[in-house]
Amino acid sequence: MQEHDLSFVRVEMINAEAPPRSAQGLGHWLHTNMFASVTDSVLTIVGIAILVLVLPPLVDWLFLSAQWTGTDRSFCATTVQGGVRPDGWSGACWAFVADKFQQFIYGRYPAAERWRVDLVAVMFIALLTPLLIPSVPRKALNALLLFIVFPVVAFVLLLGGWFGLTHVETPLWGGLMVTLILSFVGISVSLPCGVILALGRRSRLPVIKAVCVAFIELVRGVPLVTVLFMASVMLPLFLPPGTYFDKLLRAIVGVAIFASAYMAEVIRGGLQAIPKGQFEGADSLGLTYAQKMRLIILPQAVKLVIPGIVSEFIGLFKDTTLVYVIGMFDLLGSVQQNFSDASWATAQTPMTGLVFAGFIYFVFCAGMSRYSMFMERRLDTGHKR
Amino acid sequence: MRKALLTGVLSATALAYMAAAANASTLDDVKKKGFVQCGVNTGLAGFASPDSKGNWVGFDVDICRAVAAAIFGDGSKVKFTPTTAKERFTALQSGEIDLLSRNTTWTETRDTELGFNFAGVNYYDGQGFMINAKKLSGVTSALQLSGASVCVQTGTTTELNLADYFKANHMEYNPVVFEKLEETNAAYDSGRCDVYTTDQSGLYAIRLSLKNPDDHVVLPEIISKEPLGPAVRQGDDQWFDLVKWTLNAMIIAEEDGITQANVEEMKNSDKPEIKRVLGQEKGSKYGADLGVSEDWVVNIVKAVGNYGESFERNLGQGSPLKIKRGLNQLWSKGGILYAPPIR
Repeated sequence: MQEHDLSFVRVEMINAEAPPRSAQGLGHWLHTNMFASVTDSVLTIVGIAILVLVLPPLVDWLFLSAQWTGTDRSFCATTVQGGVRPDGWSGACWAFVADKFQQFIYGRYPAAERWRVDLVAVMFIALLTPLLIPSVPRKALNALLLFIVFPVVAFVLLLGGWFGLTHVETPLWGGLMVTLILSFVGISVSLPCGVILALGRRSRLPVIKAVCVAFIELVRGVPLVTVLFMASVMLPLFLPPGTYFDKLLRAIVGVAIFASAYMAEVIRGGLQAIPKGQFEGADSLGLTYAQKMRLIILPQAVKLVIPGIVSEFIGLFKDTTLVYVIGMFDLLGSVQQNFSDASWATAQTPMTGLVFAGFIYFVFCAGMSRYSMFMERRLDTGHKR
Repeated sequence: MRKALLTGVLSATALAYMAAAANASTLDDVKKKGFVQCGVNTGLAGFASPDSKGNWVGFDVDICRAVAAAIFGDGSKVKFTPTTAKERFTALQSGEIDLLSRNTTWTETRDTELGFNFAGVNYYDGQGFMINAKKLSGVTSALQLSGASVCVQTGTTTELNLADYFKANHMEYNPVVFEKLEETNAAYDSGRCDVYTTDQSGLYAIRLSLKNPDDHVVLPEIISKEPLGPAVRQGDDQWFDLVKWTLNAMIIAEEDGITQANVEEMKNSDKPEIKRVLGQEKGSKYGADLGVSEDWVVNIVKAVGNYGESFERNLGQGSPLKIKRGLNQLWSKGGILYAPPIR
């Protein structure tokens, strides 16, 4: 006899119902994100009011009323200021940036030799991009090329004086080029030096420890701007006449030393966060000190402090503007220096120049920041709480 | 205090340097190097600033080029070291630069204690006042400014001169001080103070970037003397003479009507004075005495023009600054520029 199972058994999944009308769509999104409570509603309205007040004039100043082309100040000045614009006009003077753009990028590097800077930039991008993309193979070779071979090639190319290249002395360097050189050297020196200093500070050997502590504390106890200033103003007086250290070299050394000391403390923070068991585990496997650090401790420690490291990089990138005090012109320095050009002096010029410089710094810093977040997620191996 | 300490250290070290510097002849060094190393401002409208191509231009820059032209016959054989206000003296003392042409006020301390020689005055400046004539209509003199609020940059001699002036004239004022030049400009432009005070040449440059430049007038009073001029290290008279006579030659060229355009023509002039100046006199050795070629004045004028041309191009009617000659006019035309004769 055939057994009839009277109870209903569903053999296939039922399609999900659409959520109720009150829990979907724009209305729901607005309700939960913008107007969930009285406070939220007030904040939303105030926020929108501020945007309405700020955005239109900003867009107008930046784009709509802006002056895009021109050859001198008259294009960006109102008629009473001796220009062509109507009375009461206010807008960004992008013509100034366009006219001075080459200077903002290369400083006073001779125009005929700028291809060398471009070539270095292309090489840098070509080497850096594959290093940053995790799936591209041959990381070791790539790093070797970028951090050992590239600096030498770049140095020869930029400075010249060899292989038939015209010598371009460093006082002519400037603009974004100097900003990037200082940051690149600072960043690529500070990470290895910082690791060594951090390990030295935790060393059980008293002399090494004392030297590292003294170095770190001494450097962190003095402002960078003081050191640059001393190196530029006092140092030449104590050296015999004729001895002359390149200003750019002084700045590079100063920036690298500073970045290393700060980096050491960031890395030490990572080392301290590693549980003792990891050290003991490595020891029990019979690893040497170098193996233990390289294979077990540092990979974990550095991963923990990626946000700190990148903060240091970003800070360093912006600190390079301090070389302005020793008469060198990085990006911001070049921009500010050009405010003094009387043929571009208008009420709009300084603001436009600073907005431009700020935008460039933002692009670089935001880029570094986003990449570090990507790296953090990729290296996250389950410590997330 | 800080200033005194710095000056002390600088002068002590400077003394040690004088001995060393006296041995070497700057002119020989310069000739060997093939260029003049010249310290200029990091950026001051009209005096030293980069043009669109990044070349240095300006009134102080022209002095550097003139010296290079006198030595090499080529005004481009000069390298510029942009110096900040604090760096400039060390740079000159340590031999990093051969010549400082950076709107530097000639003072007794700088001439003696710091161990410099000023080769003359290329611009007679002085602290002045600018007011909004629309707001303060009827004010024609700084003596009517009692009770005014004054925008001034802090940490400068300007601030001290201001205090001295108002005190000496028994007037009240409210100083509104700022750290940065840009802040001071913005505050004045937005009407936070009635008066702006700084060096007069600076006032004209600032006026360019105001919303309504025509509303603002620079008052006639000058409350301090700021003679600006090129400086060299003490102890090398040959180099000092060369810089001094380069500046004099520019002024003399203006007196004699020698310009960039007509200098070649003027060489054939039969006026004895012009022949002498341009090295066309028989057996002329004015150039040789300075250690340069006989046509040194011709080279200077070809490179930068005479004093008046350089002034008008960088500061005067040929520039956006439109500064009037004022004191910097030839003595024969109501100014105080006066160069000893070349003979």
